[in-house]
Amino acid sequence: MFDKFPTMARADLLHIRKTLDLGFRDFSRAYGDIIESLFDPLLAFLIWFERLLLHSPWWLVLMVLTGLVYWGSRSWKLSLGVLICFLAIGYFGMWDNTMRTLSIITVSTMVSIVIGIPIGIVMARSDHARSLITPLLDIMQTMPAFVYLIPVVMLLGIGKVPGVIAVVVYAIPPVIRLTNLGIRLVDREILEAADAYGANSWQRLSGVQLPLALPTIMAGVNQTIMMALSMVVIASMIGVKGLGQPVLKSITNQYFTLGLFNGLAIVVLAILFDRVSQAYAKRTQKYMGEVSNA
Amino acid sequence: MPETIIEIEGLYKVFGKKPKSIMPLIKEGQGKQQILEETGHTVGLKDINLNIRRGETFVIMGLSGSGKSTLIRHFNRLIDPTAGKIKVEGVDIMKLSPKKLQEFRRHKMSMVFQRFALMPHWTLIKNVAYGLTVQGIPQKQCLEKAKAWLKTVGLAGYEEQFPSQLSGGQQQRVGLARALCTDAEILLMDEAFSALDPLIRSEMQDQLIGLQAKLQKTIIFITHDLDEALRLGDRIAILKDGELVQVGEPVDILLKPANAYVRAFVKDVNRARALTVETVMKPPACRITAETIGEALEQMKKHSDNYAYYVTDEGYQGVVLQETLEKAAATDKDHKLASKHIEDIPAISPGSILEAVIPETLYTDYALPVVDDKGDLCGELSRISLAEVLGEMNVDQSASLPS
Ligand SMILES: Nc1ncnc2c1ncn2[C@@H]1O[C@H](COP(=O)(O)OP(=O)(O)O)[C@@H](O)[C@H]1O
Ligand SMILES: [Mg+2]
Repeated sequence: MFDKFPTMARADLLHIRKTLDLGFRDFSRAYGDIIESLFDPLLAFLIWFERLLLHSPWWLVLMVLTGLVYWGSRSWKLSLGVLICFLAIGYFGMWDNTMRTLSIITVSTMVSIVIGIPIGIVMARSDHARSLITPLLDIMQTMPAFVYLIPVVMLLGIGKVPGVIAVVVYAIPPVIRLTNLGIRLVDREILEAADAYGANSWQRLSGVQLPLALPTIMAGVNQTIMMALSMVVIASMIGVKGLGQPVLKSITNQYFTLGLFNGLAIVVLAILFDRVSQAYAKRTQKYMGEVSNA
Repeated sequence: MPETIIEIEGLYKVFGKKPKSIMPLIKEGQGKQQILEETGHTVGLKDINLNIRRGETFVIMGLSGSGKSTLIRHFNRLIDPTAGKIKVEGVDIMKLSPKKLQEFRRHKMSMVFQRFALMPHWTLIKNVAYGLTVQGIPQKQCLEKAKAWLKTVGLAGYEEQFPSQLSGGQQQRVGLARALCTDAEILLMDEAFSALDPLIRSEMQDQLIGLQAKLQKTIIFITHDLDEALRLGDRIAILKDGELVQVGEPVDILLKPANAYVRAFVKDVNRARALTVETVMKPPACRITAETIGEALEQMKKHSDNYAYYVTDEGYQGVVLQETLEKAAATDKDHKLASKHIEDIPAISPGSILEAVIPETLYTDYALPVVDDKGDLCGELSRISLAEVLGEMNVDQSASLPS
């Protein structure tokens, strides 16, 4: 009797699957439209932003991008490098797809920050919240993306919004975790000073905790961007246009060069985001360096 | 006696999961160590009763871990007690609502921290202005006042620097300026100078003494250093394992230690530097007010000493010796006592520290006259009384005369 693992009766298992699947299908039929309409503003913004990047003259976009890089990093070398890379991307005919990917990554990162930082703050303020949220984050990071893509697609269909949701679900944990960590690491004596002078909780948060946690939070944002970029190919499976689609095509058709070029374009975007966000973070932390007495 | 500004009554603090449940054990008389081993709770403070007076510098002293930081954090409720009352200007601060507590912290007390606790991301002027900014006072006003305080502590011109660009002593000056900037009447200083080098430290002590002479704040100063306590404190409380073992003026602590613990604590202190003449002088044994030599001799013979202090309506004049008087009396008994009969012995003032008068005491054959600033004789300091108080000192300290 120990030969085989005792399993549930097949009929029961089938029953469970059916009820869940049918239940969710009914749910998405009933509420799909309403839920979809909730995301309308996000969709409008996504479309607007993508058009902005695609329809503006390429040289203007290039100038603005290089300008942003310089503003963030104050480094001529980095700005020049980015300029050359983008010229190459355009020359190899990947400009439009790169702009589409740039757009979705930017929007996903913004959404992750807007949602993630408040959640991180809540987590830092209460141990109870932390013990609830941490396992959720673990699940989000380890659950294969395809699994949670299914209900998203069932609910919202194929397109940009489900793509952003998939990217955000996968990429948001680092911002949340590191916001929490950064706030918890703020020197206790400095917080005591804020309390001793009668700061209220908003003054404490905005004046002391967030600014001092900023380097850690920025490290989280940086990781989030990298994870978002790594989702580009998967997101293209549910209809997100951009550099992911040619990569997907080259896998099914075994076009090595096509895959390599588009892959390299993703790498260029990654380096761009990474260096700029890190240089910016470092520049805002200037006061820490110089002479250290601690 | 000046009025009481802070009153602490039956204060207990237990750290751990269920602090209240430990109270009966403490009252039964179980020790700190026993409670920690059996229940995992730390007794931080035990039955503290204190009155702090308006305008005094009250020093709380104890070894590391004795509960000093815990105690001072009760004054502004950074830590809440397990039991007991804390009253500030008659108001029970345990009863304040969160909003009222905030107001109380903004206006009544300010604090200086051991490791400075400056905001590293702000310039010095913003740091100093912090207490005012938090109150919602317009930025311009805050910065103006902050600038003035930075100047007072000797950091004019450093307004736009960041804390990390400063030395420890300079950072603590900023900490002090930040505390003074709110005009709060009570200043809490938790080992404010302990992290500084000895030289900088004594400079900061001087600065604090100077400021206090002008500002007349109520200062609660924590230290683990007895010399610092004696230097700054009007009164000193000694804390051991969360209990008060003695509260008193510096002289009391030095000369009348309450128990063996305090005695061991004060054993190594340099008394010559800590005590003033006033605290060890004796009433003058023999003072002469006579007009003639004959009368003077008579007055002197009532005492065993062969010298006396000569005092007139204008105060202390000098020392007269029996020998001189007898010689003079042999020629003319009714001659007036004149300056040629009087030895010019320098007087010392009651406020000087013993160390400063040791040489004079040693080189003079008589007890030195102590004369106050009005010119009146108020006591005498003999070699013997000096030796008595300094006697317990260890030798190498007594050898270190002022440099
Ligand atoms: N938050 C805390 N939790 C547990 N024990 C504490 C806590 N704060 C202080 N203690 C304990 O209370 C005692 C007094 O600490 P403290 O007030 O910091 O001493 P001091 O400032 O005199 O060095 C120590 O035994 C310390 O371990
Ligand atoms: Mg301490």
